[in-house]
Parts: sequence; C-alpha cells; structure tokens
Amino acid sequence: MSISFPEQGWFKAPSAGERLWIGLAIAWCIVLTLAMPYWHFKGKQNSTGEAYRVTPAEFYQRAQKFIEAYKVGEDRYTAIVQPPPGTDVYLTARMWRWDPVLKLKKDQTYRLHVGSMDLNHGFSLQPVNMNFQVVPGYDHVLTLTPTRAGEYSIVCNEFCGVGHHTMAGKIIVEE
Amino acid sequence: MATTANGLAVLEGQVSDEEKPGFKTGNHAGQVRTCDTTGLPVCLTAQRFIRLNAVAAVVFLLVGGVAALLLALTRWPTVHLLPADWYYRVLTAHGLNMLILWIIFMEIAILYFAGTTLLNSRLASKGTAWVAFGLMVAGALAINGAVWSGKADVMMTSYVPLQAHWSFYLGIILFAVGALIAVINFLATLYIAKRDKTYAGSVPLVVFGATAAAIIAVVTLLHGAVVMIPTFLWSLGLTEAPDAAWYRLVWWGLGHQSQQINVCAMVSVWYLLGTLTVGAKPLNQAVCRGAFVLYILFINLASAHHLLVDPGVGAGWKIWNTSYAMYLAVLASMIHGFTVPASVEVAMRKKGHDKGLFGWLFAAPWKNPGFSAFFLSLVIFGFLGGITGVTLGTQQINIIAHNTLRIPGHFHTTVVGGTSLAFMGLAYYVVPLIFQKEYPAKALARLQPFVFAGGITLMAIAMSFAGSYGVPRRHWDINFTGAQFAAGFDSTAHLMMGLVGIGGTIAFTGLLIFLLLTVAAVFFGRSNAGKKMEAW
Repeated sequence: MSISFPEQGWFKAPSAGERLWIGLAIAWCIVLTLAMPYWHFKGKQNSTGEAYRVTPAEFYQRAQKFIEAYKVGEDRYTAIVQPPPGTDVYLTARMWRWDPVLKLKKDQTYRLHVGSMDLNHGFSLQPVNMNFQVVPGYDHVLTLTPTRAGEYSIVCNEFCGVGHHTMAGKIIVEE
Repeated sequence: MATTANGLAVLEGQVSDEEKPGFKTGNHAGQVRTCDTTGLPVCLTAQRFIRLNAVAAVVFLLVGGVAALLLALTRWPTVHLLPADWYYRVLTAHGLNMLILWIIFMEIAILYFAGTTLLNSRLASKGTAWVAFGLMVAGALAINGAVWSGKADVMMTSYVPLQAHWSFYLGIILFAVGALIAVINFLATLYIAKRDKTYAGSVPLVVFGATAAAIIAVVTLLHGAVVMIPTFLWSLGLTEAPDAAWYRLVWWGLGHQSQQINVCAMVSVWYLLGTLTVGAKPLNQAVCRGAFVLYILFINLASAHHLLVDPGVGAGWKIWNTSYAMYLAVLASMIHGFTVPASVEVAMRKKGHDKGLFGWLFAAPWKNPGFSAFFLSLVIFGFLGGITGVTLGTQQINIIAHNTLRIPGHFHTTVVGGTSLAFMGLAYYVVPLIFQKEYPAKALARLQPFVFAGGITLMAIAMSFAGSYGVPRRHWDINFTGAQFAAGFDSTAHLMMGLVGIGGTIAFTGLLIFLLLTVAAVFFGRSNAGKKMEAW
C-alpha cells in the first residue's frame, strides 16, 4: 500500500518489466538530449541568442538614424524603410505599435535588431509563426534571411496593456 | 473499502514487534479519533486545518472557475463576451486563483494529512498552522482585492516594468510566506513523529512524495522572495525597476518550479487514490522513491525553457539547461507513468480481473469518482500534458510555440486535467473521511470527472491547434480591429477558438457539478460519524 509502511528490505532492484521500461525511458531521454543540440547546429533554424544591453533611449536613437537613412515612403503614419542587404536593421516595439515597416529582399541576409521602448513585447511573425521575446533594456539581434516574397504581419504576443490586441506591424519581402 | 481493510490488516499485524515497520504509540495526547472507515488515526488539530485549507481552496476554485467561464466565452469568437479591459482583468484573476490559491491551499491540506494521519502523529504546532492560514488568507484577499478593483491588470506573471499596485505584490508575498510557514510546520511534524517514535520503519510512499513536494516548495518560495521583494519595493517607489530579463529568469524559478510542487503532490495523490480505490500497491518502493528524488534534484533547471527565445541568455545556456537535466526530470514522470497504472493493474488482476490485456482496466471501478478522476488525470497528464510539455521545451519547437495558445493548451492538460482533476478525485474521499459528510446525488458525482475531463481535453486540444496557427495567448481580439496594420489568422484557427469556447463551457459545467456537490455535502450532507463511509 502506498499509505502503509514498506516491509524491511524494500530497497531492492527493479523487476525485469520495470528494468525494461526504465531502460527504454533512459534511452529515449538520451535521444532527446542529443537531438536538440544536434539540430541547433545542423538545422541552423534557431537564434544564437545574440543580445546586448541597451537603454530604450539609446535604442530609439539608433532606430531613428536607421529610419532617416533608408526611408522610402510612408504607410498609415509609419515610415517604410528599405535597407541595403547585409546591413543592420532596426525594429522598435512600444505600446502599441511596431516601427518602421521593413521592406526586405528575398534571399538576402539581415541583422535584425529588435528592442522595446517600454514593456515586454512579443515579436510574432505571421503567418510563418516565428516567435521571439522582446525585453526592454536588451537589443535582441536576429540574423534573418527571408526565403519567400510577400507581406508578413508582426503581431505582439506578450501582454503589454489594454491595447495589446491592436499591436500589429508589417514586413514586406520583395523578389 | 474492503481493500483498505486489507491494508489495515498489514498494519495491525506489525504493531506488536518493536522493530517491525508500522504504527507505534501515537503522540496525540488524546486529541485524536480513529477513522471509522480506514482505522487510521486522525489528529483533531490537523483535521481542523485540513478542513479549513480545503474550504479555502474550494472558495478560490469557485472564483477562478467563474473567471474561466467568462474567458472561454470571450475567446469564443461568436460570443466575445467581455470588453477588453475586463478580459485582461479576469484573465489575471483566473491564473492567480486557480494556479496559486486553489492548488496551494489544497496542497497544504495534503501535507497536513500526510504528516499526521499516515505517520500516527499530531500536527507539530497549532499556533503556527493558524499563522500560516491567516497569512495565506490575507494574501489571497489582497491579491483578489487588487485585481478585481483594476489595480493589477498585469497577468499572473506580472513581468516588470509592467507595474501593479503595491498591495498586489504584498498579497503574493504574504501568501507565499504563509505557505512557507505551513510547509515548515509539515517538516516539523515529520521531525516530531520521528522523535516521538510514533512509527517504525521507512515512511509510506505518499509521505515520501509529499515531502518531495515540500522540499521543492521551499526552494520555489525562496525564488519567489528573491523576485517579489525587490518588485514590491519598486512598486512603492523606493527602488529602481528590477532588470526585465533578470525578473523573467528568477520569476520562472518560482513559476515553473511551483508546477513541480503540483506534479509531486499530484503523483502522491495518484498513489493515495490508487490505494484507496482499488488497493493498489507500489511494485517497487525504491523505483517510485527514486523517481521523486529525480524531481527534487533536476526540476529546477527545467525553468530555463521559458527563456528559449529570450535575449539575455545565450544559445549554449539555453541548450544546456533545457536538455540534460530536464530529461532526468522527464525520466521521473516516465517512471511514475509506468508504476502507477502498473500498480492498479496488479491489484485488479489479484482480484481476479485477469481477462486479456486490458480486462483489468475495463473491470476497474469507473463508477467511483475517486478512481475515474485519478485515472483520467493520469491519462490526460501523461499523454497530453507530458508529450506537449517535452516537445514545447525543445528549442526548435519553442520558436513556433512561444506565447501562442499552444502554451495554455499544454498546461491546461497538466495542472487542470492533471492536478486539479486528481485533487477533485481526492475531495471525493476528503469530504466523507475528514469532514465526515456523505456526498448527495452520487450518480451526478460519478459523472462529474468524465464531464470535466472531456471538456478540458477538448479545450486544450483546440487551444493547441489554434496556437499552431499562430494565435497568441492572452489576446482579446485575433481580428486586430483598429490595429495599425491588418493582421489575422487562418479560418481554421477561428474554428478552433470556437471549440475552445465549447470545451471551456463543458469543463466549467463539470467544475460546477463538483462545486455544488461538494458544498452541499460539506454543509448539508448526511453525517457518517461513527460508521464507515458509504462505498462509491
């Protein structure tokens, strides 16, 4: 019984059936333990976790400089920015908008810096469904290569106040 | 209850010999009654606090349950009941009342039971138990006061620099300190039972599991102190805001580990209900106990998987902390997932239900809500909760699941379909045995675990599918009306959100049946004092 005192000598080796199950479970745990790092390096789908400390004010200034340098138009009071391939690209999150709209080239690599001006936000790229945490005080650098042309939305998926559900930005990928 | 009588026969047979494992002379000084059903000694002080904590747990379950229904009806696109501000407010209240208040009050009741009745001991300190209960109730009221008055629309996680009123953080600190004091009272009870030689031999498995939960609780609550005290001081304007990434790291030392208290407590309840309902006996005590030790040693690091797509910690840190040790904790669940149903199978086969591979399972006492809640909890937690948990905890899958509805889809199968359902099953024994009241409308009670399990399973699966289409958690409007740019999701996602609403409503119906029957039993139920509880 689970609620009564075990007989003396209860500390003994598991029976054959239990040994088999524990062995299978350990083997499976080893497979899982190795699979994650293996696919991190082989699959190259995951961020390296590159990030730097930065104050929101400083990040804002870098983003403004970036927008002024490469602005090509405006959409709904939001700058559209077309940076040259291979450069550093900035995206700011604040309650409750993403700035600017990014216009990127397919199959070119960019270093995307995502930073928050106020609270935690969630960078959720749709419909591809890729998600990153945006934490104030940190410059989160994502090395990104768009592989399909089209319009993508960035929705916020970390609660950031009562207007959270109106926070949606845009990325355009051209051929 | 013939099965427990068997268990009792073993106990009685051992009392004569001083060295043999079993009960010796108790230390209750008269403050004890013998359970009319199981023959176990019930410390009257402990009984009072088991009752108080269980009542508090059910009250907050009601608050959290009403919130759950409102949320389900808001995320159901065609109903979309609450306005945005109330949706976020009710969501904050739901998380705190369910995950913190209902579950931890219930766990304190379980600790007081395991430390006294199963060890033939009195509760170490009545005064301390009052202090703990008072602090927990005061904290719970402060939290609810802050949330419902709109001063803390910050979600359960309250990630800084999102700020709530100071009374919210104070409430959490008071509740946590109260819980910590209760846990220490439990550990002190273990000590005095040993000191007073109220038993001989190794403690029963359920006590061992409860102790594992208590040890993890101490570590968890210390993390809570580290993160909540600076946040509280900041909310008073005394200090600078804590670093946002630091907060997330340490908060999850609290937030995730507290789920491991739930796992340990739930697995202990599985073993307990297995014994109470079919007379199940662990196959190998060393294996079951070893698995609990794995939880204690390795579960802390699993908290790291909450930061898999965060800045501030590198890829090496993430991979290291979410692979090797997490899988040792997973191993523990794999072991319990084998030994718990195996013990039921062996017990059923011994009773002669030996037909075929699954004859024992069909012959199991499905009419007993204690059994059905336990077994459904085992299946939902083990298959849905365990598999989603392990997959979401890998870096590759986390990137497509982080902060989507797949996350609540996962944890509604662990803490709701798993822990809460197991605790409901426990209540079907706590009320007759500790409150000494019979459940009315037993036919309805027999049905209840199936309704609740069915609803929560449907809701959780629908949440997981909606999340895999990208639908965010904690989100009022997936059509993004009035947003800066248009956004939205596949129509399948909307269908899934409808199923979330339907599943949630069914689960709430199951919860409501449980609440009504339990309240009716406790306040108006027929007393069974002096006789055996009626068989389920």
